[in-house]
Amino acid sequence: MAHCFRSLILALGLLAGVAHAEETLVVASTTSTEQSGLFGWILPKFEQSTAIKVRVVAVGTGQALEIGRRGDADVLFVHDRAAEDKFVAEGYGSYRQDVMYNDFVFVGPKDDPAKIRNAASALNALKAIAGSGQAFISRGDKSGTHAAELRLWKEAGVDPKALAGYKETGSGMGPTLNMAAAINGYTLSDRATWGAFKNRRELDLVLAGDPVLFNPYGVIPVNPARHPHVKKEAAERFAQWLVSPEGQAAIAAFRADGQPVFFPNAKK
Amino acid sequence: MFPLRIAGLRFAPEARPILDGLDLELSGEGISVILGPNGTGKTLLLRLLAGLLPADGGAIDWGGAAQPDGRLAMVFQQPMLLRMTVFTNVEFALRPQPMTAAERRRRTTEVLERVGLAHRARDCARLLSGGERQRLALARAWAMRPRLLLLDEPTASLDPSATEAVERIIREIRTEGAKVLMTTHNLGQATRLADDIIFLADGRVQEHAPASRFFARPQSPAARAFMQGELPWRIAFDR
Amino acid sequence: MLATLFEALSLLGSFDHRLFEIVGLSLRVSLTALLIGALLGLPLGAWLAVAGFRGRGALIVALNALMGLPSVVVGVLVYLALSRSGPFGSQGLLFSPAAMIVAQSVLVVPLIAAVTRQIVEDAWRDYAPEFSVIGIGRPQAVALLLADCRFSLSVAMLAGLGRAMSEVGAVMIVGGNIDGYTRVMTTAIALETSKGDLALSIALGIVLMAIIFGLNVAAYYVRGWATRRYG
Repeated sequence: MAHCFRSLILALGLLAGVAHAEETLVVASTTSTEQSGLFGWILPKFEQSTAIKVRVVAVGTGQALEIGRRGDADVLFVHDRAAEDKFVAEGYGSYRQDVMYNDFVFVGPKDDPAKIRNAASALNALKAIAGSGQAFISRGDKSGTHAAELRLWKEAGVDPKALAGYKETGSGMGPTLNMAAAINGYTLSDRATWGAFKNRRELDLVLAGDPVLFNPYGVIPVNPARHPHVKKEAAERFAQWLVSPEGQAAIAAFRADGQPVFFPNAKK
Repeated sequence: MFPLRIAGLRFAPEARPILDGLDLELSGEGISVILGPNGTGKTLLLRLLAGLLPADGGAIDWGGAAQPDGRLAMVFQQPMLLRMTVFTNVEFALRPQPMTAAERRRRTTEVLERVGLAHRARDCARLLSGGERQRLALARAWAMRPRLLLLDEPTASLDPSATEAVERIIREIRTEGAKVLMTTHNLGQATRLADDIIFLADGRVQEHAPASRFFARPQSPAARAFMQGELPWRIAFDR
Repeated sequence: MLATLFEALSLLGSFDHRLFEIVGLSLRVSLTALLIGALLGLPLGAWLAVAGFRGRGALIVALNALMGLPSVVVGVLVYLALSRSGPFGSQGLLFSPAAMIVAQSVLVVPLIAAVTRQIVEDAWRDYAPEFSVIGIGRPQAVALLLADCRFSLSVAMLAGLGRAMSEVGAVMIVGGNIDGYTRVMTTAIALETSKGDLALSIALGIVLMAIIFGLNVAAYYVRGWATRRYG
C-alpha cells in the first residue's frame, strides 16, 4: 500500500515535469534576500559559472532553520548569528561562514512624531519611541530581523509587549512595511527590503548607521551526516562561491534604489 | 416459474393494510389484466412480484420455487430513460446477460424495428414523445426475452393512436410466448387485450375470470359497481 | 491607484514572460489536481451514493466536512508528510510542483466526491427500481450513473478546478513559492503585494478572475446545452 502510494507520487512528479537533466540545489533563505532582489542579481551569475540551478525557498530565518533541521533544503543562507551557531553546534549544519552584512534602518512617518531622527543611538531611538506612545510594527515571525529587533529592545531595557503601540504582524518585511505605511507607524527594516519597497506613502528612513544595527549573514551547508540525501557537492560549491572573490564582487555590485545594500565580509 | 400461486399476500405500511390477504393463481400464458379502483394496490402487486418491495405476510410460489426461475421484466408507469440514445437505452439492459456485444447490438436493432423506433435509434431518448417513450420502454423489456412481463398503466398518458401502437406491441409479445400481467384504467383497453381479468378491491382479489365472462356477467358486487362507474375512485383513503 | 491599474494592463498586453510562466504553472498544477480529483472522487462519490453499509451516513458527513477543509491545514499536513523527515519524504517532493499537485488533489477529491455523491444519489433514486428489475449490479450501475450524469458532474468538476486555482495556503506551504519553479498566480499575488509591487499583483489578479469567470460561464452554457440536447 505504501509502495503503491510512493509510486503514485513519483508518477505525479514526472507528470509535473520534475524530470530535469540539470542539477538543482534547494537553498532555504530569508525573505530579505529574496524580496530585496539580491538573489535575482547574484543567482544568474552563479548558475552561469556552475550550471547548478538554484531553487530558493524564502521564508523567515526561524522557518529556514526548521527546514534545514528537517533536511528539506541543501544549504541555508540566513541572518541570525546566535541561532545559526546553535544549528551547527547541534549537528544540523556542517559549518557556518560569514558572507555579507547589511544593516537595519528605522523607518517611520516623515514628520517623525517620536523625534528619533537625531537620536544618538539606536537604543536611544527605541527608548524615544517607547516614551512617545507611537505605533511600532514588529515582524513577530522569528526571523533574523525579528530576532535583532528583540535583542535591541532588551539592550535598551524596554519590554516592547508592554507598549500600547506595539503591533506584531507575524509576517515578512513587506507586509510589515505595508502596515507601517498604512497606520503611520515606526518599524525596523533591513535596508535592502526598504530600498526595494514601493508602497511607501508617508514613510521615510529616519535613522541608520549605528553599528549595533549591522546584520551579518551566514551560509550553512546542511550536514550530510544528519541527512544523507542532501546535495553535498552542490551545497559546497554554493557556499564556496558566495565567499569567493567572484561571489563577493557580485554581492558588492548589487544596488537597490541606487544604493549598495549588502556589504561582503567573508573572511579571506 | 408457472403456475404462479399467491396466497394470503399482505402489505401493510404503518399497520394500514393495502393488500390484505390476496390470493391469486396465474397460468403461464396470455394477457392478464388487473382492474380496480385507484389506490387499491394494483401497482403495489406488480412491485411485490418484481421483488422491489418485501411483503408483510403471505407467500408467493413460482411454479414450486421460492424465486422466479425465468426472466422477469417490468415497464413502469413513468419509465426512466437514460440521458443517452434510444439505442443505448435498450442495449444497456442486455449487459447483465451472457451475450456478446455484437449479439446485444443485433437484438437491440431487432426489437427497435419491431416497435417502430429503428429510425430514431441515434436520437436522444429523453426527447421522444410520450408514445415513443412507452414503446422504447417496451422494447427494452422485450429485448430481454422475459418469461413474465409486468406492465403498469402502459398507455395512461397516451393519445389513441399511440395507445393502439403500444397495444399492438403487447399482443406481439404475448404471441411470442411471454406471460403479460398488466394494470389499466382503460376498460376499452381491457376488453381489447385481456385474456383474463383480475378484479382487485379492498386489498383482495374479488374476482378472477376469463375476460369474456367477466365483462358479460361480473359476479362480485364490487365488480358490478365498478363496471357501472359507481365504486368510489379513492377508497384507500376512506379507511 | 489608476496608474497601478494601467501598469497592470500594460504588463498583460506586453505578454510579460514572467507572468505567463506563472499562469502556465498554475494551470498545469490545478488541471493535474483536477484529473486526480476526478479519477478518485467520481467513483468514490458514485459508489457512496449506491452502496448501503453501516457507517455510510457517518462517511457522508465526514466527506461533506472535508469539502470545507481550510487550504492552509491541508498545506501543513502535506508538508509534514512530504518533508524529508516525514513518512513520504524519500522522493524529495517537497518544494516542487508535484507537492503542489498532491496538496491540491487533497483539496479537490473530497469536493468532487461529495458533489458526485449528491448528484448520483438523486439519479439513483430514479433509476434504482428499473436497474433492479433489469438485473444491473452495483458496479455497472455506478458506471451507468456516472455516464448519465456526465453534464452535472462536469459542472461539479469546473467547481473543483475553481477551488484549486484560487487557493493559496496549501501551495504556498508545500511549494515554497520558488521563483520560476513553484510560483503560481495566487502565491505570486501574495508575494508581490507584500513587496508593495501592486501592478503585477493586479495583472495576475485580472488573469485569475478571468479564468474563474470563464469557468463559470462555461458551466452555465454546458448546463443549458445539455438540457436542450439530452433532456
